[in-house]
Amino acid sequence: MTAPDDRESILSRVRGALAPLHERAPLPDYSTEIAVMRSLVAGRDLVELLGERMKRVNGLALTEVAALVAHLRAGGWLHGYCDPVLWPRLAPHFGAELKVETEFDRTRVDDYAFGITRAAGAIAESGTLILHDATTSRRLAALTPWVHVAVVERAQIFSDLPQAVAALGRDPNVIWCTGPSKTADVEGILIEGVHGPGQQIALVLG
Amino acid sequence: MRFQQFDQFAAELKADTRAAVYDGSKKGHEKRTKLLFDEYPDPNRLRHLAGEIKQHVIENLDTYLPAVEAKMKANGVQVHWAGTAEAANEAVLRIMRARGATKLVKAKTMVSEETELAAFLEKHGIEALETDLGEFIVQIDGDHPSHIVKPIIHKNRREIAQSFEREGLGAYNDDPATITQRARKFLRHKYLVADVGLTGANFVSAESGRMVLVTNEGNSRFCLAATKCHIAMIGIEKIVPRDYDLALFLNLLARSATAQELTVYTEFISGPKSPVQPDGPEVMHVIFVDNGRTEVLASTCREILRCIRCGACLNVCPVYRQASGHAYRSVYPGPVGAVLSPLLMGDKFPQKADLPKASSLCGACNEVCPVNIPIPDLLLRLRNRAKEENVPSPGTPPMGAWALLASQPLAWRASLLGGKLIDYVPTKLIPVPALQAWAAKRALPAWRGGEFRKWLKARRK
Repeated sequence: MTAPDDRESILSRVRGALAPLHERAPLPDYSTEIAVMRSLVAGRDLVELLGERMKRVNGLALTEVAALVAHLRAGGWLHGYCDPVLWPRLAPHFGAELKVETEFDRTRVDDYAFGITRAAGAIAESGTLILHDATTSRRLAALTPWVHVAVVERAQIFSDLPQAVAALGRDPNVIWCTGPSKTADVEGILIEGVHGPGQQIALVLG
Repeated sequence: MRFQQFDQFAAELKADTRAAVYDGSKKGHEKRTKLLFDEYPDPNRLRHLAGEIKQHVIENLDTYLPAVEAKMKANGVQVHWAGTAEAANEAVLRIMRARGATKLVKAKTMVSEETELAAFLEKHGIEALETDLGEFIVQIDGDHPSHIVKPIIHKNRREIAQSFEREGLGAYNDDPATITQRARKFLRHKYLVADVGLTGANFVSAESGRMVLVTNEGNSRFCLAATKCHIAMIGIEKIVPRDYDLALFLNLLARSATAQELTVYTEFISGPKSPVQPDGPEVMHVIFVDNGRTEVLASTCREILRCIRCGACLNVCPVYRQASGHAYRSVYPGPVGAVLSPLLMGDKFPQKADLPKASSLCGACNEVCPVNIPIPDLLLRLRNRAKEENVPSPGTPPMGAWALLASQPLAWRASLLGGKLIDYVPTKLIPVPALQAWAAKRALPAWRGGEFRKWLKARRK
């Protein structure tokens, strides 16, 4: 499908452009430690730090299912989706008032006020949720509802960015979510909930 | 008096556009500085290091490009190469036609702005919809982005509200939250019926073949959650050596671009979706685009290829703040554009040879650059090239008389004495048009010629 001549001609132009260089710039050796806000993360309880840092980016971290249910009730978000793998663990805390589906129907995206999916981890330093393709039940369910809740296991919280980068692994689509979807395109004014969730919540369990 | 096109544009700019651009860029710059210096003991070290890493990459693209290609293919990605803008657009069209696809949703990518992809596809009967809020507004207005990161920095809410009303997105309402909600409602159903999601890439790791994509709005994620085919258009200079380097670059990019610690959505994509994932692309294509980059690589300005498109140099630039992005008549405005845009013109360099002169060479762009590009040096090299190629330069004062004086010590000394006369002659009467234009808005200081020489002589004694 690709025109094979473009590959060769581009690479040959690259080689031609670099040929006159007597030496090439070396790759510097460094420790990624220099990009860590070390004073922030040193010696901290990671759940507590995650909560603080999520708050800074207008996210929310909860540690009790009951607190999540209260939050959803208070906001009037009464109809949503939950990953079927998580549902047995959460269902006992959800009253009949909340309508929860464990199948996501993409023809009715606007029906779901909240979506609960599994996180593969979190980054305390930046207040970030980590989603992997293999463990997120539906990409759309973590994106289209106004409230996204990611369930994080306590043991899966990384302290900083370089640690999380080192653990990217083999999943073809890893996504870091740091706070709600937002824009400042109109006169630089911050508005949340553009295409994705207006609320990004971590439910830390375990 | 003839002006350069750039000056003409700046002189005629509407006052509220100038105010919007000035305020928007200044605010961005101040927030960025605070964030960087509050948290890191030595932020300069980070950007010097990032600059060295990118310089290493561009000087070794001959090995990195085939390495990335091999990794991507092993990850199940179909890799294409496009030498020109036309070839890149044709490649997208070919992929779409082969799938029988007619609808494309696209996230913000600067390289697709270079190739004018959306207009090209529309011409060939394909609906190509911009999904970034700013780019969407630019698209419905038939306008062009004026900033790399904030495409509609030149528009105010009233203009946007009028556009939405005209497009049938609701009655006039200039509340930014309402504008955003209306776009959310309109666009989400467009994603869900689209066949192809098109994105760029902020970084590509040579080690893993993983591409990294950042957006705040989540629009690229929506493109890749709703469609079954992903096409990524990527400039050949986007590579970083290892996954290890991504933490450094992501930290610098978010802080430099929008004064955030991290962009909201950071996606690491190495291929089509996981087999157990119901949503997202089953096929992934990458188109590596040259479009003039190899020529830049061969030039004396190859450092500009380090650029990670953060826009920090625009926000800090006193000339950009007064002139707005459209004054640069290019996809890339501001200091980075003043270097990159003329270079990307290839043989047509003279058409944009005035841009490197749209700078006071104050050096602020270099100081804020997260990859430490010596932009003022590059501007000088391009000014020199324009001179060597005899590109006409209207509005530039004649320097012949000055050169004569400066190379004849006797004449120089005489002129220092005689210069005192200028205090008594109205500058409007001096028959040098460039000086008259300059003096129309400024007053000359009192003549102080010769004082330095006096001081130096006294010091020697």
